[in-house]
Amino acid sequence: MDFKSSDTITGPRTEDRLPHSTQAAVKIVIVGGFGVGKTTMVGSVSEIRPLTTEETMTQAGIGVDDNYGSDSKTATTVAMDFGRISITDQLVLYLFGTPGQERFWFLWSGLFEGALGAVVLIDTRRLEVSFDVIGRLEERGVPFVIAVNSFPDAPRYPIEDLRSALDLAPEIPIVECDARRRASSRDTLMTLMRFLHSLELTKASV
Amino acid sequence: MTPPQRRRRYPIKQEPPPEQLQQSAPGAEGGTGQEGTKGKEGERKNPERLYVLTGATPGGERASLDLVTLIVACAEPPPAAPPEQSALLRLCKAPLSVAELSAYLNLPFSVVTVLLTELLTAELVQARDPLIRQSLADRSLLEAVMHGLQKL
Ligand SMILES: Nc1nc2c(ncn2[C@@H]2O[C@H](COP(=O)(O)OP(=O)(O)O)[C@@H](O)[C@H]2O)c(=O)[nH]1
Ligand SMILES: [Mg+2]
Repeated sequence: MDFKSSDTITGPRTEDRLPHSTQAAVKIVIVGGFGVGKTTMVGSVSEIRPLTTEETMTQAGIGVDDNYGSDSKTATTVAMDFGRISITDQLVLYLFGTPGQERFWFLWSGLFEGALGAVVLIDTRRLEVSFDVIGRLEERGVPFVIAVNSFPDAPRYPIEDLRSALDLAPEIPIVECDARRRASSRDTLMTLMRFLHSLELTKASV
Repeated sequence: MTPPQRRRRYPIKQEPPPEQLQQSAPGAEGGTGQEGTKGKEGERKNPERLYVLTGATPGGERASLDLVTLIVACAEPPPAAPPEQSALLRLCKAPLSVAELSAYLNLPFSVVTVLLTELLTAELVQARDPLIRQSLADRSLLEAVMHGLQKL
């Protein structure tokens, strides 16, 4: 049995409990390739110690089915970090640091569909790994902003060169950030919120 | 120096309904392995745990619980409750998201949703639905979030 005896379960610390008045949650997804700084960003703004939720993915017979009749499935555990920010005593915001590969997104239904929006973290040393993520978000109609995580040895391109390289519409914000700094991560989230707000204003004025 | 160039996909305005996305679920995305050099993000070997507690299959019956649906216990654990149910009920004496329950219980999200479905049916817990983008059209919500972030 894999389940821990319930006595050994460590729940939230007292200061991590939400008030009973909390009515609803909203979520924002931070998405990007491996090592781009998702966990770092979640950790720098979260009011709780970042947590991890896991999901098991079973892939039937990838590639050659050389083992027909016996165990031809492989199970992979995919982990996603998340953090939390209390907005009011009725509303709470969750941040999910999500792997860039779309095949993982199905594991958590509604992950993107229900999110307010997404922050796409990019590393200019490996810009191409973000291409697929951006395309998928466009397809799903998930509003997003781009945050360039400034690694010291990464090439620095003018924002407009990045916009054109990423083929982004002029209204999509591109900001630089340092995911290790709380203020910088917060400003990135604010950029997303202002963008979402402007989208609502545009919608309302049509 | 010039950065590599992405080509924008044809913009699709209509989002497919969530059910449709569900059906093309795990494994159906066989062709998407080209997007990263290191495809191992977050992956850990831990086979078959999904089946240990519930016998559920990934496509099986589940309540429509979001990662951030808030769960609140509305009763004490019944004496006969299995240990994982009691643990769950104790954890959510104060509201807690399904994601947090999954993290604290160290169980996959899908297993937690199955456990919660039972507890919801037995009316031992209550679920508070998240505010999602589609039902939004509510600037005051966005303003509240901005205000909350400014306080950080
Ligand atoms: N210089 C610098 N390093 C960073 C920054 N963000 C993350 N890192 C480092 O990059 C590495 C990968 O970050 P991590 O958050 O684990 O990436 P993830 O795979 O996207 O979750 C870690 O060693 C971080 O300390 C940043 O803004 N600047
Ligand atoms: Mg990470």
